Amino acid sequence: MGRFVARRLLQMIPVFLGTTTLIFFMVRVLPGDPVAAMWGDKAPDPAQVAAFKHRMGLDKSMIQQYVDYMANLFTGNFGQTMAGRKVIDVIGEALPVTVRLALLAFAIELVLGVAIGLIAGLKRGKSVDKGTLLFTLLLISIPVPVLGFIFQNIFATNLGWVTPTVQDSMNLGQLLLPAVVLGSLSLAYVARLTRTSIVENVKSDYMRTAVAKGLPKRKVIGTHLLRNSMIPVITFLGTDLGALMGGAIVTEGIFNVKGVGNALYHAINLKEGATVSGFVVVLVLVFLAASLIVDLLYAVLDPRIRYA
Amino acid sequence: MPDLIEKKNAAIPAQRGADSAEPKPEKARSLGLDAWHDLRKRPIFIVSALLIVLLVLIAAAPGLFTSVDPRAGDLRNHYLTKPDWSDVFGAGWFGYDGQGRSIFARVIYGARASVVVGICVTVGVTVLGGLSGMLAGYFGGWVDAVVSRITDIFFGVPLLLGALVILNAFSVRTVWSVVFALVALGWTQMTRVMRGSVITVKQADYVTAAKALGAGTGRIMFKHILPNAIAPVIVVATIALGGYIATEATLSFLGIGLQDPTISWGIDINSAQKVIRTAPFALFFPAGMLSITVLAFIMLGDAVRDALDPKLR
Repeated sequence: MGRFVARRLLQMIPVFLGTTTLIFFMVRVLPGDPVAAMWGDKAPDPAQVAAFKHRMGLDKSMIQQYVDYMANLFTGNFGQTMAGRKVIDVIGEALPVTVRLALLAFAIELVLGVAIGLIAGLKRGKSVDKGTLLFTLLLISIPVPVLGFIFQNIFATNLGWVTPTVQDSMNLGQLLLPAVVLGSLSLAYVARLTRTSIVENVKSDYMRTAVAKGLPKRKVIGTHLLRNSMIPVITFLGTDLGALMGGAIVTEGIFNVKGVGNALYHAINLKEGATVSGFVVVLVLVFLAASLIVDLLYAVLDPRIRYA
Repeated sequence: MPDLIEKKNAAIPAQRGADSAEPKPEKARSLGLDAWHDLRKRPIFIVSALLIVLLVLIAAAPGLFTSVDPRAGDLRNHYLTKPDWSDVFGAGWFGYDGQGRSIFARVIYGARASVVVGICVTVGVTVLGGLSGMLAGYFGGWVDAVVSRITDIFFGVPLLLGALVILNAFSVRTVWSVVFALVALGWTQMTRVMRGSVITVKQADYVTAAKALGAGTGRIMFKHILPNAIAPVIVVATIALGGYIATEATLSFLGIGLQDPTISWGIDINSAQKVIRTAPFALFFPAGMLSITVLAFIMLGDAVRDALDPKLR
């Protein structure tokens, strides 16, 4: 177990380096000069621009900047924004909001998605099952911005249950509606994956054995069926947590949540290389951690999988 | 983690081998033909195929459906003349947008961007991902190690975020820049599927037989392995097509996808969001068309998967 974790951690290093390198160069080769843009419509003073670039280390070669950036990264220094704020402070402000939003969405899709998929899978071919397939198909085909506006209109504008936009980004109750919108697409996928998996497993030998030896239905479904059907779902959920955090751009925009998506969107538009890279580093770490946890969960769910 | 996906896909060719071994009274059918016979009987396939034919027709020849110029704004219709239901197929059928342009004409002309992006991205990722997956799966060893690490790296970059960064590099963005960004970020998904599929097919007896008969690498890869390994890729690609259309609309909605002279449902949804209270119809029609389009392609993908995966029959 310990050796497996160590090996996986080692394997993560090239992925981590690769992803951060990819984003670092992608952001920096963008045309447009973020420093000159600070002067707005006025012509920038070349001397001032040069001095500023020197102070920010932007006058060095791309490779040198990259080496400096990576070296700083390992000491926890994420650099600073063009306006002189520490990137780590910007991240520290936005990250807790998005972690809450993403975890809330994650909980919704996990609980509702598995429940819906389980019911549909057990009642295969019945109207509940057909209804679920139709409902998930609709959720998948309505794009997130549209779904966001529909929910905003129904629950905030017409019913008045919540405010149309989030006032306090740290308030879990206010984050509920954005979380439903954010998690809806994945909810549909989780429900469908669970359903397929349940349908496949429900006819298996161990299920017949479990029923034949007279186990109560709750136990047959909970311990035997569900546990064996969860592996594809867990695989999906593992990659989804990172995607939820990075993909919240639209939802955060519609509901005015001051999270990672919001901050990233502005940083990309302003070509704030250090800020974009900083957020991506954090997102990649979340993604890698989630995939490690998924691998470990396989062994919990299926005792045949052993990590020596 | 990829192993599990591979195992699922592995069932497809294995099952197929068993099927063809059974004596059949009629002429033996290939998997593709078999799937086609199965598909034709499914209502979900017929509905989605008809919708897609209609959409492709709209995209190819929007002039057949409306004679109104989608870019002609008549400010007498500003602000947002309500839909005129009696004006079927006319300029005012779906009302007018904030600049007095016919929403019906814009909805019709908007189909082209979505369909072109969807199809081109799907073809691009299938070719790129299929080739790289084939190489990784067939040769194994260091080729596999390199390709797999590259796919790992791309998997860590969220699609929307990566697309934002790439598209920011284009000062003028057309359909092709969006296609480029989505292909660049999406091909690794197909690589994984193809790689897993090739690895299982590679071990089949007919591949060994072909090798024993002295077939060259190219012949084995493209004549023997490719036709038997492509099914899962086709399934994933068809389902992903709808997703690419939704992503294009999302990017255009964020103002980082297509740009104005191009007509896109995403752009129209974006401009309609400001007037959602006073003129919900301006949002409803482009959003509805977008959802129907995505729905049609996802339904098609579902039907194709059921037809190609005999386990679910």
